[in-house]
Amino acid sequence: MAIEREDVLHVARLARLALTDEEVERLGRELNAILEAVGKVSELDLDDVEPTSHPLALVNVWAEDEPRPCLPLEDALANAPERAGDFFRVPGS
Amino acid sequence: MSGAIDTLRLTAEAAMGLLERGEVSSAELHRAYLDAIAERDGELHAYLRVVEEPEPDAHGVPIALKDIIGTKGIETTAGSKILEGYLPVYDSTVAARCKAAGLPFLGKTNTDEFAMGSSTENSAFGPTHNPWDPTRVPGGSGGGSAAAVAGGLAPWALGSDTGGSIKQPASLCGIVGLRPTYGTVSRYGIVAFASSLDQVGPTTKTVRDCALLYRVIAGRDPCDSTTVDVPPVELPDAEDLRGTRIGVPRELNEAEGIEPGVSEAVKAAIDLAGGLGAEVEECSLPRSVEYGLPCYYLIAPAEASSNLARYDGVRYGYRAPATTRDELYERTRDEGFGDEPKRRIMLGTYALSAGYYEAFYGQAQKVRTIIAREHAELFERYDVLVSPTSPTVAFELGARTANPLAMYLSDLLTIPSCMAGLPGLSIPCGLSEGLPVGLQIVGPQLAENTLFRVGHALERALDFDFVPERLRPVAA
Repeated sequence: MAIEREDVLHVARLARLALTDEEVERLGRELNAILEAVGKVSELDLDDVEPTSHPLALVNVWAEDEPRPCLPLEDALANAPERAGDFFRVPGS
Repeated sequence: MSGAIDTLRLTAEAAMGLLERGEVSSAELHRAYLDAIAERDGELHAYLRVVEEPEPDAHGVPIALKDIIGTKGIETTAGSKILEGYLPVYDSTVAARCKAAGLPFLGKTNTDEFAMGSSTENSAFGPTHNPWDPTRVPGGSGGGSAAAVAGGLAPWALGSDTGGSIKQPASLCGIVGLRPTYGTVSRYGIVAFASSLDQVGPTTKTVRDCALLYRVIAGRDPCDSTTVDVPPVELPDAEDLRGTRIGVPRELNEAEGIEPGVSEAVKAAIDLAGGLGAEVEECSLPRSVEYGLPCYYLIAPAEASSNLARYDGVRYGYRAPATTRDELYERTRDEGFGDEPKRRIMLGTYALSAGYYEAFYGQAQKVRTIIAREHAELFERYDVLVSPTSPTVAFELGARTANPLAMYLSDLLTIPSCMAGLPGLSIPCGLSEGLPVGLQIVGPQLAENTLFRVGHALERALDFDFVPERLRPVAA
């Protein structure tokens, strides 16, 4: 199940990380070591066990559908690296 | 008055007494801690930034907040370059609750980047040093909050815990840390790491301080639908443990890598609990410890890879120069994130990707069920489970940075209960090689009052001096 260089590049692409060559090499090595360790979970036969996605058994926490003031526009844009009028500005392509 | 305040020794409860009797003002207390920070934080680097002016209506005991906790108008970086300069436009619920209780902020404390780490060495802004020995780490990720409290730079502080980030630093710095039951403290406005595990909690000098601070922050929050109603917090005062059933899980107490000195101090504390009237019995968590760490290092990175997708250079935070949008995202993230977040994003993305989801993430979620069941079975027989908090005392800076897996093992004993959403308290229980050892006390969900009662009785009997030896005044 060893991770190859192409796998690292594929996952980096999914995660939108422009890794340097040095990072691709190092992360490949580290991920292989970590996956070997965490792959231990597959030893257990858990076919009839329900997965736990959350530690509390909460379901459907409802709230009244009442309009409330939302974040003011200036606040929403306050940390923008670049803005154009009332918009976040990004490169065109 | 402020000149006479011994910030190393003053507990939050004692500080409240001074305030109530009018012997000192909140502003004077705040100033005394700023003075201590000016004197000692050059060496410790517990703080990323200090709040010079307390809120005008503050009237309580000052507090330090881990830099994961969003504070309106006060830079909040999560220890990451990608959030450098970020000024939240609203307060997290916990920050708002501290303000409502009149607690002035002392500042924001250092953390491993996005709370990912066990030594605070992953902070993009440099490591924090342990007040007991500055050549050693304070633990992590909440090493800044723990070092601030242990080093007399804050009477109390808030941290956040995903797999041990409150308890383990408390252990390594010789103070008290509580990871509350999942859902008791709001995560609204907290920088997210792994949402099914993240929990905010107190870092304090005593168990009673811990209960007092937990009382301020705990409770249902309409802004966080994972929060629950919390039973009234009782301030512990019992000195004995009669009627308390304590389980000692073999796997947590005999795990490979536990230092002999740590084992010895924890055993002595468990014996002491027996002497205080507790019924102590050995028990077993056969799969929780063996599979807890692998389970955690699949689930936490998977959730992190999703949570950290928001850092794209568009709406806030760091932005790399780029000519196309794809280049903007990819370069911003490569330049903005440090090594550990990248490692976890890659690991999590891989574990969630097509073809691997069931084998890794799906399987880890089932292991989580097993861990929860094993703990639930033990809580039919025991009120609390005890073990060392950390397998080792504080290690030297740099000792584990080259090997991610060695660093991950730091949380071997704290992770299992986190996976089950259980509360855990760490209290100092002695020294090994001159460094503090922590005792972990875990209870069933919402059993914080039990943890406080057991922790307080043991704390009294242990009589551990939380002031680091090298900082104690030399007797004339």
